[in-house]
Amino acid sequence: MDATQAAVRFEGVQKSYDGETLVVKDLNLSIAKGEFVTMLGPSGSGKTTCLMMLAGFETATRGEIYIGQRSINRVPPHKRNIGMVFQNYALFPHMSVAENLAYPLKVRGIDKAERETRVLRALDMVQLAPFANRRPGMLSGGQQQRVAVARALVFDPDIVLMDEPLGALDKQLREQMQYEIKHIHERIGVTVVYVTHDQSEALTMSNRIAVFNDGVIQQLAPPTELYERPSNAFVAHFIGENNRLDGIVRSRDGDICQVELGDGSMVRSLAVNIGGVGSRTTLSLRPERVTVHAKAGEIDNVFAGKVEELIYLGDHIRTRVSLCGQDDFIVKLPNSDRHAMLEPGANVHFGWNAGDCRALDG
Amino acid sequence: MADSTPILGDDGLTLKAKLRQAERRNKLKTFGLTVPLLAFILVTFVFPILLMIARSVDNPVPVRAIPQTLEALQSWTPPTLPAEATYRLFAEELLAADETGDLGRLASRLNYDLPGSRSALTRLGRALRRGAEDGQSYRALFEEVDPRWSEPEIWAGLKALDGRLTGAYYLAATDRTRDVDGDIVLQPENTRIYIGLYLKTLWVSLLVTLFCVLLAYPIAYQLATLPTGRANLLMILVLLPFWTSLLVRTTAWIVLLQSQGVLNDILVALGILDDEGRVQLIYNMTGTIVALTHILLPFMVLPLYSVMKTIPPNYRRAAISMGATPSRAWIDVFFPLTIPGLGAGSVLVFILCIGYYITPALVGGRTGQLISSEIAYHMQSSLNWGLAAALGTILLVGVLALYWIYDRLVGIDNLKMG
Repeated sequence: MDATQAAVRFEGVQKSYDGETLVVKDLNLSIAKGEFVTMLGPSGSGKTTCLMMLAGFETATRGEIYIGQRSINRVPPHKRNIGMVFQNYALFPHMSVAENLAYPLKVRGIDKAERETRVLRALDMVQLAPFANRRPGMLSGGQQQRVAVARALVFDPDIVLMDEPLGALDKQLREQMQYEIKHIHERIGVTVVYVTHDQSEALTMSNRIAVFNDGVIQQLAPPTELYERPSNAFVAHFIGENNRLDGIVRSRDGDICQVELGDGSMVRSLAVNIGGVGSRTTLSLRPERVTVHAKAGEIDNVFAGKVEELIYLGDHIRTRVSLCGQDDFIVKLPNSDRHAMLEPGANVHFGWNAGDCRALDG
Repeated sequence: MADSTPILGDDGLTLKAKLRQAERRNKLKTFGLTVPLLAFILVTFVFPILLMIARSVDNPVPVRAIPQTLEALQSWTPPTLPAEATYRLFAEELLAADETGDLGRLASRLNYDLPGSRSALTRLGRALRRGAEDGQSYRALFEEVDPRWSEPEIWAGLKALDGRLTGAYYLAATDRTRDVDGDIVLQPENTRIYIGLYLKTLWVSLLVTLFCVLLAYPIAYQLATLPTGRANLLMILVLLPFWTSLLVRTTAWIVLLQSQGVLNDILVALGILDDEGRVQLIYNMTGTIVALTHILLPFMVLPLYSVMKTIPPNYRRAAISMGATPSRAWIDVFFPLTIPGLGAGSVLVFILCIGYYITPALVGGRTGQLISSEIAYHMQSSLNWGLAAALGTILLVGVLALYWIYDRLVGIDNLKMG
């Protein structure tokens, strides 16, 4: 992406709270106009700090943050024109829903008539027009969430930041809100920076996801790529379920490498992020990419395994297998009549293609 | 189908009956737990207050001691003097009352309404015991004993004693009295005390409340935003007045504030005051206000603190992210949310202040006294309990009225004590 077109740009940003450890280490990130970017990571990974620096509530220890062409390091938060949806919504309890929405317009000195039309438009967008005169405390969690989103959008900000906004909702409502936020984003095309530790939220809504760990972006990629082609062991493990096989690189031929596991079995893998021959590596293999009753010759890797445990999960059956010296190898079997049920204790051949087995940093 | 056949348990009881039984046990248990406190409050709080209100209108002595005189006086109107028959009736009833000791009580009671009239009655009693001279009319006897009996005022005073209940204490408590025609009039200017004192008490309470708000708000804000460790230290400083004996505090104020005290010495040493110009900071209103503010400050800090503690910092961040300057966000979002704490603290401080007795008594001197000291005076020294009760009842009604106004303006539900 051309850096000059970016809506938001972090350039070499660092942040330290105590002057000894860096919470954010050398962050470089460009976000295009209209893009929905999610910062995903475990707690303490620096994602919320990045959001707060963008909002202006934390100052970067080093580096520059740009909105459009303008460096905003010295712009106070109230002049940044950034909408924000907070954890637990932060709706003002002493104002009605309409007053909450009108607040950003009021501080901007927009006259009353204009305020009312814009508030109504924003409430219509989240289907809450009948609730305009209620206090936030009288709304359900989902409704409060929608009000918070409407309030962050009502003053046409350049960027909207969302800090784990769905954390307080139950699972079903959370999924529904994910779609709703996604659709609102698609409709009005505002730039969104979203912070969460919930990978399904990130996968559902984002154009691109930045996976944070230890103050560093581990991978920045669209959801499919992140899931299908994780570039390191942390991302592979953090996004979706994942079988990890530790081994040593024995040979490499272009994209394909041979990895020797602890029990001596050799696995043909895709070389993604490995050192030279002899270095340690972690193989990452999605449980749903494993084939049962595999035959040598049809598939790159075939190993005999013993079924240890079957867990019925409705749409699929989780199968724990001992294989290649590991007894926590997981295979997902779709619950369909094309698949014969396995029995615990059965010895079965499992197989997978080299392309699905990614050799990552050890 | 459920309503046609009641569900029966093993022991043949219907489900409804069992539910009632189970709930009755629970209710009894809850009630049982509150009984001691309820009884305590009833005996030590509700009952004395009712007694006080009753005493403020109670007037048992006159109708018991001189019922016929009072009845005879009903047909009399000033400015003439009553008929001779009334004098005789009164003399007979007084003699009877002297036997039971009611004469003295009647004299005290009349003295409340007509200051200085006690002696006119007691002297009359003594004269009546000696007996009238032959042929002398009662009227002549009365006038010989005390010249006041030749004036209609004292008779009007007796007439006004009629009735089992009286409003006389309330009249006195509001600086009013009855003139000879029975009309309610203001007392002469030099004997009006209470209205002025009530207003002074209100004013001082308002002032103390205001000072408490000014001092407590920033402290509570600090407490709510500081890290816990330092907040606790600060909280101890705030609560220190609570934990110090009143006498220790009072001594400390005297040491600090008296005209030869630390504060004056410092001001003189710094050349701000000269030695002759030392200011009197204690044993006057200044002393009362300083001491009350100090004592009542925690009652303002604690509700404010507890309310501020519950306001998430995200609220102000949200306001700022929407374009409000930090000060505007504070005014629009933070301050309105602290109003319940402000209200609770103010009501608490104001009401405590309005009836505070011991501190003004110790450091108020002559000019720093509030209505409470008058009530105590009538309880302990003048023994005019009716007036003390009336003054107290007016205070109580005033406080309730303030509660009501507060409820109308802010809402009692908004009160957050902690």
